[in-house]
Amino acid sequence: MKKKVLSLLLCGVMVMGTLVGCGSSGSSDGGSSDGGSDSGDTITVGFSQVGAESDWRTANTASMKETFSEENGYTLIFDDAQQKQENQITAIRNFIQQEVDYIVLAPVTETGWDTVLQEAKDAGIPVIIVDRMVDVSDDSLYTAWVGSDFRAEGNKACEWLNAFAEAKGINAGDLNIVDIQGTIGASAQIGRSEGLNDAVKKYGWNLVAQQTGEFTQAKGQEVMESLLKQNDNINVVYCENDNEAFGAIDALEAAGYKVGDDIANGEVMVMSFDSTNAGLTDVLSGKITVNTECNPLHGPRVEEIIKKLQSGKDVDQLQYVDESIFAVDDTVTSIEAETSLGETSKYDVTVVTQDVIDGRAY
Amino acid sequence: MAQQSKTSKWNQIRHAKLFMPIVCLLIVLLLNVIQTPDFFKISMNNGVLYGYLVDIINRGSELVILAVGMTLVTAVSGGQDISVGAVMAVAAAICCQILSGGAVSTNTLAAPIIVAALAGILAAGLCGAFNGFLVAKLNIQPMVATLILFTAGRGIAQLVTKGQITYVRVGSYKVLGGYIGSCPIPTPVFVAILTVIVMQLILKKTALGLYLESVGINGSASRLVGLNSTMLKIIAYIICGLLAGLAGIVASSRIYSADANNIGLNLEMDAILAVALGGNNLGGGKFNLMGSIIGAYTIQALTTSLYAMSVSADQLPVYKAIVVIAIVVLQSPVFQSRISKVTQRKAVGNAA
Repeated sequence: MKKKVLSLLLCGVMVMGTLVGCGSSGSSDGGSSDGGSDSGDTITVGFSQVGAESDWRTANTASMKETFSEENGYTLIFDDAQQKQENQITAIRNFIQQEVDYIVLAPVTETGWDTVLQEAKDAGIPVIIVDRMVDVSDDSLYTAWVGSDFRAEGNKACEWLNAFAEAKGINAGDLNIVDIQGTIGASAQIGRSEGLNDAVKKYGWNLVAQQTGEFTQAKGQEVMESLLKQNDNINVVYCENDNEAFGAIDALEAAGYKVGDDIANGEVMVMSFDSTNAGLTDVLSGKITVNTECNPLHGPRVEEIIKKLQSGKDVDQLQYVDESIFAVDDTVTSIEAETSLGETSKYDVTVVTQDVIDGRAY
Repeated sequence: MAQQSKTSKWNQIRHAKLFMPIVCLLIVLLLNVIQTPDFFKISMNNGVLYGYLVDIINRGSELVILAVGMTLVTAVSGGQDISVGAVMAVAAAICCQILSGGAVSTNTLAAPIIVAALAGILAAGLCGAFNGFLVAKLNIQPMVATLILFTAGRGIAQLVTKGQITYVRVGSYKVLGGYIGSCPIPTPVFVAILTVIVMQLILKKTALGLYLESVGINGSASRLVGLNSTMLKIIAYIICGLLAGLAGIVASSRIYSADANNIGLNLEMDAILAVALGGNNLGGGKFNLMGSIIGAYTIQALTTSLYAMSVSADQLPVYKAIVVIAIVVLQSPVFQSRISKVTQRKAVGNAA
C-alpha cells in the first residue's frame, strides 16, 4: 500500500517535472525566434525582470513593454525571473546567445553578477541596470544604471514641508515630527531618512522619534500606536512608504486624532512616499497630505540611453528617473530640492484629483 | 519553626512550574517603570482602553494563539512546526481573496465574512494535516517536514492573491482585528482568551492532553498500551494549523488586507521562543500551556517596551537578543541548580 502511494507520488512529480520543462523550453523557443527575426532596422533588447510582486513592478514592466514596442522599432525579449537570480543569469546567457543589441537587467539582488556581466561585456553587449543597483568589482561591467533618487525624494518632501510651514506661518520649532522608517538598510530607507535628518538640522525642526515600520502596514500601525503614547505633541508623521502611512493613519484615528493638514488646529499631518494608486486615493480624501513619487516608468529613460549609444555618444553611468510630488492642495505650488548629483532643480507640486489618479499607469 | 515553614512555602513557590516564566515577565514589565514611569497607566481614550499594557495584551494575541498550537506539536512530536507564519499568510490570502471576489481592492463583500474566514482556517488546517502526515506517517523530522510549507507557504499565498496585496476595505472585516461596536477592549484579546479556554477545556476534560504527553515521552510504549500515536500526532498538527489560520485571519483583519509577504513573518520563531520561555522542554513530553502563554506575552512585552524606550531601530534586535539570552539562562537547569545550592548553603549557615 505504502509503496503504491509512494510510486504514485513519484509519478506525479515526474509528470510535473516534464510539464514545467515544456513550459520553460517553449518560452525560450519563442524568445529565440523573436531574436532570429532581428535584422538591421530593429534594435533587439533583452529585458530580465525580477517578477510581478507589486503594483510598482507591474507598472515597471508595462513601461518597458510600451517603450520597446515593434512600432517604435524594437524587438523586446522579455524574461520574468520569478524572484530568482539563477533565472536571471540563465536569461542573460540566453540573450548573449541570441546576440541581442542591448541587455536591460532589473536585478533581484545586488551581488553575484560579476561572471555573467563579464560574459556580456566579452560579447560586446552593453548592459543597462534598472531599479536596484548591482555590486560588482569592476564598474565598467555595466554601461548605465537607471533608477530612483531616494535621497532627492527625501529632500523634496522636506522642502515641501518647509515651504508649507512658511506659507501657513508655523514656526519651525513647532513642527514635532516622527519618522516611521523603512526596513533599515534598504536604499529607499537610507535616502529618505537622510533627507529628513539633514532638513531637521537645517531648519531646526523637532524630530521627536525615529522607529522602523519595516515598510509594512502592520508594523507602521504598531509603531505609531506606541509613539503616540510617548508623545502627545506629534503633529507631523513622516512615513517612508504608503503601506506604513495606511497603518499610521489607522493608529492615529483609533487613538482619536484627526489626520489632515490643519496642524495649527490639532490635526496630525501624514507625509508619505511611493504614490501608489491607494496612496494617492488617500491624498484625495485628505488623509495623506503630501506623497512623493517613486517612479516605476523607467522605459523612456532607458530608451534615451540606447538612442545615445546608437549614435555613438557617451552616457552618464548613473541616471535618475523624473519623479514628481503630489499634495492635497496648492498651498505650495513648486519647490526646489537638491538631487544626489548635487544639482538643485525645481519641481512642480501636483494637486491630486480623480483625473490625476485615473490617468496614472499604476 | 515559623521560619522553617516560611522557607518551605517559599521553596514551594519557587519550584512551581510557572514561577520562572512569571518572574521573567514581571522583570521585563518592571524594567519599564524605571524608564517610562507611566508604563502601567491605562486610560480611556476615544472610547477605548489606552495604554502600553493594553498594547501588549492586544498585539500579543496572535502570538498566544500560535504558541498554544506550537506547545501541543512540541509535546507530541518533540519538534516544532516552523511553517505557522507562512500558514497564517495562506489563510489570510484565501480569506481576503474570497471576500474581494478576486479583485485587488474591494469596498463590498463578495461573500459572507464567516464563510471566507472558515475557508481560510480550513485551508490552514489542511496545511497542518499535510505537516502531520509527513511527521507521523512518513517519520520525517518535524523541522524538515514543516520546512516544506515554511518555504512554499508564502508562494502559495502569493499565487492565491496573484502576487499583490488584496485589500478588503469594509468596516465589518475590521472588527476581528479592531473593536466590536463600542466595546473598549480590542477584539483580538477575546479571540486569544477564547482560544486558550477552549483548548484548556479540550485538553483537561478529555484525555487528549494526557495522550499527547505520553506519546511525546515514549511513542512506542504508548502504542503498546493502545494509543494511536500516528493519529495523535496528526491531530496535534491539524490543531496547530487551524490555530495558525485563526491567527492569520486576526492579523489580516488588523490591516484589512492580505499581505502575503509580511503576515506572520518571523512569527514562527517567536512562537517557538514562547514555548521555550514558558519552561517547556522542546524535546517533547510534558507540557505547560499556561507557561507558553506567559512566554508569548513576555515576548510581546519586550517588543512594546523597546518601542516605549525609543530604542533606535537598528539596535532593536541586539537588545531583544540580550534580554532573551538572560531569560533563557535564568531558566536553564544548570543555573537553577547553582542557585538552589547557594540558597541551601545559606540556609545551612543560618542554621549553624
